[in-house]
Amino acid sequence: MNDEVLYGLAAEFETHEQLVRAAEESYAHGFRKMDGYAPFPVDGLAEALGKKNHIPLLVLLGGILGGSSAYFMEWFANVVSYPINIGGRPLHSWPAFIPITFELTVLGAALTAFFGSLVLNGLPHPYHPMFNLPEFERASQDRFFLCIEARDPQFDAIKTREFLQTLVPIQVSEVAR
Amino acid sequence: MKTIPPNEQSRTRMSPLGYPSNLLAPGTTYEQVNETIGSIVLKNRQPAPWWIGFVVAFGLLMIFFFAISWLLLRGVGVWGINIPVAWGFAIVNFVWWIGIGHAGTFISAILLLLFQHWRTAINRFAEAMTLFAVACAGLFPLLHLGRPWVFYWLLPYPDTMGVWPQFRSPLVWDVFAVSTYLLVSIMFWFLGLLPDLATVRDRAKKNWQKKFYGVLALGWRNSAAHWQRHQIAYLLLAGLATPLVLSVHSVVSLDFAVAQLPGWHSTIFPPYFVAGAIYSGFAMVLNIVIPVRKIYHLEALITERYLNNMANVMFATGLMVGYGYFIEAFMSWYSGDIFEEYMMMNRAFGPYGWIFWGLMLCNVIVPQALWSARIRRNPLTLFIVAFFINVGMWVERFVIVITSLHRDFVPSSWGMFFPTIWDWATLFGSVGLFLTLLFLFVRFFPMISISEERELVAEPAKANAP
Repeated sequence: MNDEVLYGLAAEFETHEQLVRAAEESYAHGFRKMDGYAPFPVDGLAEALGKKNHIPLLVLLGGILGGSSAYFMEWFANVVSYPINIGGRPLHSWPAFIPITFELTVLGAALTAFFGSLVLNGLPHPYHPMFNLPEFERASQDRFFLCIEARDPQFDAIKTREFLQTLVPIQVSEVAR
Repeated sequence: MKTIPPNEQSRTRMSPLGYPSNLLAPGTTYEQVNETIGSIVLKNRQPAPWWIGFVVAFGLLMIFFFAISWLLLRGVGVWGINIPVAWGFAIVNFVWWIGIGHAGTFISAILLLLFQHWRTAINRFAEAMTLFAVACAGLFPLLHLGRPWVFYWLLPYPDTMGVWPQFRSPLVWDVFAVSTYLLVSIMFWFLGLLPDLATVRDRAKKNWQKKFYGVLALGWRNSAAHWQRHQIAYLLLAGLATPLVLSVHSVVSLDFAVAQLPGWHSTIFPPYFVAGAIYSGFAMVLNIVIPVRKIYHLEALITERYLNNMANVMFATGLMVGYGYFIEAFMSWYSGDIFEEYMMMNRAFGPYGWIFWGLMLCNVIVPQALWSARIRRNPLTLFIVAFFINVGMWVERFVIVITSLHRDFVPSSWGMFFPTIWDWATLFGSVGLFLTLLFLFVRFFPMISISEERELVAEPAKANAP
């Protein structure tokens, strides 16, 4: 398979410990464009691969935006746009505005967490080269994969395969683009 | 590969305190977990109890549609509501359903944050239950509006009438609390489901199954980067859902507590409502999980430890609810207020007194059986106790809504409330809606989180910690 149609080389492992060790060694070897695939979240795998995560910051911003716009809406509606005197209570009766501010803070943060994680993961994403690998079905069931991608500057179809073989996988396969 | 034989799980290990301790039958493999849960969805044939249950539920759903159609044609006068009892079954059912929903979020969010691994086999189920219960709950206030087709007047939008909702009213808070709760529950449920949809997609043999689950899985490919974002988003949603779940029933209770009416105007309402919500929610989870575990032979995954722990939480919240009843009675005497005192006497010995004593039987006396470990561990007795609690919690809301309203301050404005056939049809019809959705969920979606079960397989120490 020539480099034009090669997406990467995938090594298949039997346990999650082997996968994490393989990820650490590949990172130490200088590979960066790679990903691990496991049927459940493996502790430390993303860190071993050097993956970063910006979700918490986005969620904080979503929550602040939700809460402040809720309070602004309540203030604008009940003080500016449609003031009603109820029993002589102040128009800007802030304690009564807190429950909705709270609810919409939660809603803003939750929407950001949900859509943020989908968008950053690039989902929906119906086609991906990894699905070309026949054994890849088992990544969602009981097998663990490490794929070093051809776009990594260090990638070399022969040398990378030799390197992956040193990690004692079940097998190393080519992944078509 | 065969599924795990049910007798495997009978080798239950005991913790030092004498509780069954394993969350997973010993020696379970990835493939057994995948097959046991996945095959329920992918196999075409469902067991006979599924069909019987579905037919009954679907029949009730048709009654629900019929009752709603009649209501829309004739208006809320078809119900037994009147003045003074303007809040009848609709509000009783609303509070009951939304309370049932709370256990789902409690199990999936609060227990996740507390690292309670015994949530694993029941959280998906409980989340689905939340979703359907909140959907049922949301319908009732809308139907009670009288003109449900203008429900959007509840929402703040710059309309041509130039009016805005009154944000100082708990009824408006309720709109926001319940709709936020529904949306967050949907997102939490779907995010947790996503990796399992991918598993089912990859195991599917039939073409329609590959397409159906392929579309729903959105191209999830189990990559480390996916899992990392997924896990942090899931954890944050759990963290957000935790205060949310406490706020929702608190806001519902403020619908009552902010009013001046004796029997409603009480500061104990928010915590007492939240405890009651978790109480009834766990009772409903048990009432559903116990038959499902039996029908689908899931004893190896939903071990005795789950049942025992759920019974414990249910019992603890039940005692809090019992304390709430006691304090309500005590405060009505201690306040020295004649209207409060009369409310309590009327509640216990007035025309609806027998319902109050039924409530005490269902929610306070029968659950005392849970002191016995034998009753907690026997699925049949636990099912019966949970059923009493579910009925009892509905009766509790009836007592709060109707006996408080029917006799307030001025005897000349007293009245009585009698439910009509349409009240009963909407109540049982909503049970039909709930069960129909639940049966379809069990049929089409993995009802136990497969990926979290695989985590337990990978780390048996977690699964068997005492």
